[in-house]
Amino acid sequence: MRIGTAKTSYLADEALFDTAVQRRWMVALLAALVLFPLFAGPYWLYLGCLVAINVASATGLNILTGFTGLVSLGQAAFMGVGAYTVAWLEINLGTPFLLNLIIGGCSASLIGMVVGAPSLRVKGLYLAIATIAASVILHFLFANWTAVTGGASGLTMPPATFFGTPLDQPGKLYWVIMPITVLMVLGAANLFRTRVGRAFIAVRDRDISAEVLGIPLLRTKLTSFALSSFYAGVAGGMWAYFFRVITPESFPLVMSIFFLAAIIVGGMGTILGGILGATFMTMVPEALKLIVGGLSPWLPDAVALLSPVRTIVFGALIVGFLIFEPRGLAEAWRRLRRFFHLWPFKT
Amino acid sequence: MDWLFLTEVSLAGIGAGGLYALTGLAFVLIYKATRVVNLAIGEILMVGAYVFFGFSAGLALPFWLAAPGTLLVSGLLGAGIERTLIRPMLGENPISIFMLTIGLGSILVGLVELVWGANPLRLPEFMPTQPLFLGEAYVSPKVATAFAVASLVVTAFLILFRFWRGGVALRATASDQAAAYSMGIDVPKVFSLSWVIACMTAGAAGMLVGAIGGISPTMGVFGLSVLVVVIVGGLDSVLGALIAGLAIGLLEALAGAFLGGEYKTLTTFSLLVLVLMVRPHGLFGTHEIERL
Repeated sequence: MRIGTAKTSYLADEALFDTAVQRRWMVALLAALVLFPLFAGPYWLYLGCLVAINVASATGLNILTGFTGLVSLGQAAFMGVGAYTVAWLEINLGTPFLLNLIIGGCSASLIGMVVGAPSLRVKGLYLAIATIAASVILHFLFANWTAVTGGASGLTMPPATFFGTPLDQPGKLYWVIMPITVLMVLGAANLFRTRVGRAFIAVRDRDISAEVLGIPLLRTKLTSFALSSFYAGVAGGMWAYFFRVITPESFPLVMSIFFLAAIIVGGMGTILGGILGATFMTMVPEALKLIVGGLSPWLPDAVALLSPVRTIVFGALIVGFLIFEPRGLAEAWRRLRRFFHLWPFKT
Repeated sequence: MDWLFLTEVSLAGIGAGGLYALTGLAFVLIYKATRVVNLAIGEILMVGAYVFFGFSAGLALPFWLAAPGTLLVSGLLGAGIERTLIRPMLGENPISIFMLTIGLGSILVGLVELVWGANPLRLPEFMPTQPLFLGEAYVSPKVATAFAVASLVVTAFLILFRFWRGGVALRATASDQAAAYSMGIDVPKVFSLSWVIACMTAGAAGMLVGAIGGISPTMGVFGLSVLVVVIVGGLDSVLGALIAGLAIGLLEALAGAFLGGEYKTLTTFSLLVLVLMVRPHGLFGTHEIERL
């Protein structure tokens, strides 16, 4: 049951975490994130980093698609821009990694604004297809601008260093990736309490009405594109530090579809949705790998089945969620919470 | 410049463009009747090619049995998809349906890999192989046959749309669903019909594409080129799909011959961006007016 939540000011009503219980849960979650590396093995740390990177990128896409209503299939390509920028800086200039990540985010955000420029004239599905075109063109650049991107063989970069310590293990990188992701997610959550974020939502709900209300459409849409690709760029930069080999094949169109699928499965237009969706979609292939590994004594060619089964499950998750739970995992979570809020009264 | 070479490349491009036009027609058909942007069209095409492979190589059926069988299975697949996946999404946000077809494409790729494996395969030969010359220019006999078949099918379609009862019902539904329904047209049945016909068309295109270039689970990327075709032509324009199909095929061939293979997609997608900037609804698409 939910009690003791009387609000006396608008500010309190609009707070990010509005009840004491919620704040305690958040502290518990943060503690769990901090304590996680102490108990987790290298495999789980690797997964943790991957999940964090995907959460950052999915949150960025959620700003654009979930909150501003502009569907983009270019998220992976924007990540690629960030990753290549970071790798180039690290190899050629050796600047500190935090600076590299920020520059990577900014360069991705510039490209994002260029890609978003047609969004005033081109809407809906046509825009989605324009972003596919942008990602094809960027992919061509990655593969053929050999002087900067290393062409088809890509770039291999040294690990990030923190005061002389190389961050070459997932266990060390976790302390870089996790805090950045937490900051980015918190930033996104706070964004939608500000004028800019509210303008995004107004544009999503009805762009013409939003314009009538005095929201400059082009500027708002471009801001959304810039922010979303900034997130993608930083996520791509972290990806680069994590894997340290970047080839044009690292950021295929399927990866953009993955992120779109992640926010659909998680729930579009909610911050929680981006987190849940990205986590879920990253863990499903690993769970499948475990299941197949467990089956291999009985099914001799189980490993050969892994790739097609993964493709099928990926598609079936998108289709299934769209038909049966269109608001995604965030809605399921909300239902669970409602159950506890109404607990002794509604049985 | 070598005019003979240019002619040969152009002819090959137009030949490939015939297949784009055919698949684009399938795409436009679904869009016009049901307003669904079917991104799985490339994967349906791939399934068609594999079903044909299964009939003609797996079961060793002769061509005249395997080809109608493939069309039948493709049509059933279309009906099944429409009834189980697309119908429940009626009235939903177009973006959701668009994503649903992406998911569907992924499922189809996985299923094909599960049954036939991920390696590329070759279809049994069923097309003439003696070299063909138009004047002095050499045309690949397979491409020429594919183009001939594609143009036959397209012509048949245009005639069907014009005179057949079902074709008229299709056009009526495309222009105004409510009006069509009140005139006694069974609109849900028309939805199914459009999917069946479109998937059969895609299946036929799959046989032709597979016969020319071999089949593999990744041949669904053909769908990306078709996407360019229909966007450039306008999503709801049959004429646009036909013209843009030929033009994109030609452009791709020229870019491949004079700039290099890796420039093919770059050129077509640059054209796509250009067209979207100048005419956001494609060259022949209808401009929809938004009202509050």
